[in-house]
Amino acid sequence: MIPTLGGRLQTRIFLLATVGVILTGLIVPVLPGTSGSLSQTYKTAYLILLAVAVVGLGWELIYHLLMQFRWDKDWPTLLGLVTILPEGLLIWLLLDAGLIPGVDGHVDASTFVTMFVVVWLGQWLFANGPMRVLFIQWRLRGGRIL
Amino acid sequence: MVQAAGIPVHDTSLASVGGGLGSFTLLDVLRIRGVARSSIRVLSSSDTPWQTWEYLTGVSQLPPQERIRSDAGARPDNIWGFPSYAMHEAWADKSPKLAYQVLVEPVFTDFFSPRAATVFATLEREARRIGYWDMLLKGQVRMVRRRVGGGYFTILTPPPGVTKSKRVAIRSQYVHLAAGYPGLKFLDDLQAFRETYNDYHHVVNAYEPHEHVYEILKSRQGVVMVRGAGIVASRILQRLMDDRERHRLHTQIVHVFRTYVTGPHGPSVWMRRDGGDGWAYQAFTFPKSAFGGQLKAQFRNADPAGRAELSKIVGGTTTPKLRRWQEQMRAGRQGNWYHPIQAVVDKVEPAGDGRGLISHVSGQDGRRGQYVSDFIIDCTGLEADMSEHRVLADLLQYGGARRNHAGRLAVGRNFEVIGAESGAGMLYASGAATGGNHFPAVDSFLGMQTAALDIADDLARRGFCTSLGPLRSVRQWLKWAAGRPV
Repeated sequence: MIPTLGGRLQTRIFLLATVGVILTGLIVPVLPGTSGSLSQTYKTAYLILLAVAVVGLGWELIYHLLMQFRWDKDWPTLLGLVTILPEGLLIWLLLDAGLIPGVDGHVDASTFVTMFVVVWLGQWLFANGPMRVLFIQWRLRGGRIL
Repeated sequence: MVQAAGIPVHDTSLASVGGGLGSFTLLDVLRIRGVARSSIRVLSSSDTPWQTWEYLTGVSQLPPQERIRSDAGARPDNIWGFPSYAMHEAWADKSPKLAYQVLVEPVFTDFFSPRAATVFATLEREARRIGYWDMLLKGQVRMVRRRVGGGYFTILTPPPGVTKSKRVAIRSQYVHLAAGYPGLKFLDDLQAFRETYNDYHHVVNAYEPHEHVYEILKSRQGVVMVRGAGIVASRILQRLMDDRERHRLHTQIVHVFRTYVTGPHGPSVWMRRDGGDGWAYQAFTFPKSAFGGQLKAQFRNADPAGRAELSKIVGGTTTPKLRRWQEQMRAGRQGNWYHPIQAVVDKVEPAGDGRGLISHVSGQDGRRGQYVSDFIIDCTGLEADMSEHRVLADLLQYGGARRNHAGRLAVGRNFEVIGAESGAGMLYASGAATGGNHFPAVDSFLGMQTAALDIADDLARRGFCTSLGPLRSVRQWLKWAAGRPV
């Protein structure tokens, strides 16, 4: 990808609000390690997704800064994938410390990891393919949708 | 007046002049956006849209099986860039290695680049799909002139025997100009040598057939001077070095850099390009973001002076830092058969013994010297001025077009040629002639697609074609994937 800052932020929000919401909806019923009602699990899952989006905007600022050290001002495909590690870890730490608003009680690590990996891979794959088909100018305008 | 002159007039809505990849990408986009074949004509002396490109890549030592310098997602046959050429080749070759390469590029491997053969084959498929040859009118375009009633006349000389008259006129509301390079220009000292001594054998341009150089070097040991520091110089060096290895030759290579880059360079830590051993390294012809990211936005938002300033930083001659080339050059330096030097060549003349050439050079430090070689290959790829191209020159003189600060055609954000409007008609341009405007990477696959999409957006506003929203885009992509006509 060759994003601009605006494109990064727009793409992040768009992907989580579409691919992220759909995949979360599909994965929740089969998540391992859950306790409590399905509606409670849905609520927790979507609050985590919201946290990923909000915190993610901060991450995008950092990525954009790091990208400035690259002559090509590009963001290699691999980085889009491996950033799952710091982002996942931070959300897990926030979750573990009870700092994600609205999420009460313990979330099992297996629940979190399964959901996070599925959503991350889904949005990464979508950004590297179908997104280009839906929005013909997306890749030529730094990831901007609007 | 045209009819009175006995020139038959044919009508169409849009005429694309050129018939290379620039014309092809616009036709592809317009057909996908619902324009009928009968509304478009492409005027060209080429049989296929890739003819000129195939010729130029071939002579500059990029045969079909070699990989070109282009991104995986830049597919002139596929405006969506999905699946990328990397996935296409990985599937065709059953090679997970290529898929892995595009996954980890450029961090752990070199950037993936498609084979020239892949580009030819996919272009042919897409050309058939959009009915390219139904829209082709063969001939030499002489001029494009504005009509009194709006729109344009394009004057074409068809091949002998095809039409009764020597010329035909194409009347259209829109004209698209994708004329390619005006022509090649030789380095002054080499041009002087060729003209003075009438020797076109020992001094050659990388963009003209020069296979005899490699053949002669196979039969006897020789010295070749390579001049230039771009992708073509790299390709020529690779050919010389491959031949050396494959045929156990003893070719000596003197490589003259006018500007010798010793290391990373640039105005600040935020704008530093890799370099070394003479070369400025860059994966593609511009930093990647110039094709659609941050740098593209910066150019778009800058005023002409700002663009010129940016061009100074990101422009210039570069070559990709490929692992194989690095190894070959290292072996050459260690084996003392590859000699990179910094110098400006003042004069070239025949050696006294009747064999070979003497290049008189001076270095940056003022030192003068002489180098003897059997051949000189000019890889500088200098482009001739626009006025060397008949249609462009006519347009500048009579068509209202003007030059930008870089000496190319001044175009607006929709690639409309500024000053060449004609009533409700519009003249657009794309490709090399439009350098130096709001978009830097015009002379590339993605650049031509960018121009095509922006021109089509403007034409959609004028009611010539439909817009390309998500639904139509998905539908058309499915057709593309299935190989069904648009």
